[in-house]
Amino acid sequence: MSHEHETDPRAIRAEALETLLTEQGLVTPEAIDGILRHYEQDVGPMNGARVVARAWTDPAYRERLLADGYSAIAELGFGGPQGEHLVVVENTPQVHNVVVCTLCSCYPWPVLGLPPAWYKDPSYRSRIVREPRKVLSEFGLELPEEVEVRVWDSSAEIRYMVLPEQPASLAGLGEEELAAHIDRDAMIGVAKVGP
Amino acid sequence: MDGIHDLGGRHGFGGSLETRDDGGFHEPWERRTFAMASLLTGTGCFAIDEFRHAIERLDPVAYLADGYYGRWLGASELLVREAGGRPQPGRIADGTGRRALDAPPRFAVGDRVVTKNLHPAGHCRLPGYARARRGVVEILQGGWVLPDARAHGRGEAPEHVYTVRFDGRELWGDDAEPATSVCLDVFDSYLEPA
Repeated sequence: MSHEHETDPRAIRAEALETLLTEQGLVTPEAIDGILRHYEQDVGPMNGARVVARAWTDPAYRERLLADGYSAIAELGFGGPQGEHLVVVENTPQVHNVVVCTLCSCYPWPVLGLPPAWYKDPSYRSRIVREPRKVLSEFGLELPEEVEVRVWDSSAEIRYMVLPEQPASLAGLGEEELAAHIDRDAMIGVAKVGP
Repeated sequence: MDGIHDLGGRHGFGGSLETRDDGGFHEPWERRTFAMASLLTGTGCFAIDEFRHAIERLDPVAYLADGYYGRWLGASELLVREAGGRPQPGRIADGTGRRALDAPPRFAVGDRVVTKNLHPAGHCRLPGYARARRGVVEILQGGWVLPDARAHGRGEAPEHVYTVRFDGRELWGDDAEPATSVCLDVFDSYLEPA
């Protein structure tokens, strides 16, 4: 017996809502496609990686980025919903930063795109503020006790992105080569830029 | 609101995480729901604060069982139903959050503050784990619409927001991990001088 024809009730509900909103002209297929095109094609961690690579190669940009993340990120053409005010926090040998939203799942969309499932999961949201070292170790990141772990819980409209440390192994590379090494998890703060 | 959404510090939500997810959508209905909800707030039918509070008002079992985009779907249905099935674009004239304030901020960077022991039935952006806790102001974030007001149709009532850093031991006592802290963005009316 196959269950493949059983339909998820949420799919039926979403269709009913879309029908209602379409009849009233509140939603059009074009508007829906436009939003999805933006989030599936135009934004994603590649935007944040460009910001980090620029900061690693241009000290003046790095200074502007840490002083006013929103404006410095706008210089590279990134902005929009969930990025009204972006603060970039810098990892150092003394402080490791990691981002969460315990009350909903706020996330810096313009620079990182749509959040991964674990970021929105009750497990991450409940645990990262209470036992950040344990959660980070599950991501493969063991931090010595001398390093302070600072968790940024996005409880208002300010969104946070982590500026990871540049590993010595990536010294001397150009902006574009660097960007290819910078992934989403390092900019949320659950990983370092490898190796 | 002391609801299921206020997850920070709760025990019992699983010991390990699936850390390899690539992000984005997993089902077609999730894509459609995301776009519809974005349009409902983007065209000013509802404020983002009303949307977040609608998620908080979902049945707690559904909150956990339906998943992230399932919550977006439930909140959209709830708000549309409460609007009599006819949401009005432009009802929220300006959905953004930043507002210039004439009054100077009450606190400066480095000031010691304490959060109030707030338990309102309505929308509030001070997590339960950080109520009646002492911290230090790290960043002045300027003026912002108060979610507690806009979520309930009580205007914008903008206030200064401060990033406040709380030591792990202040939040979790002897059970805190060593050398940890949490930074929260706290509205002025949630705070007292310490």
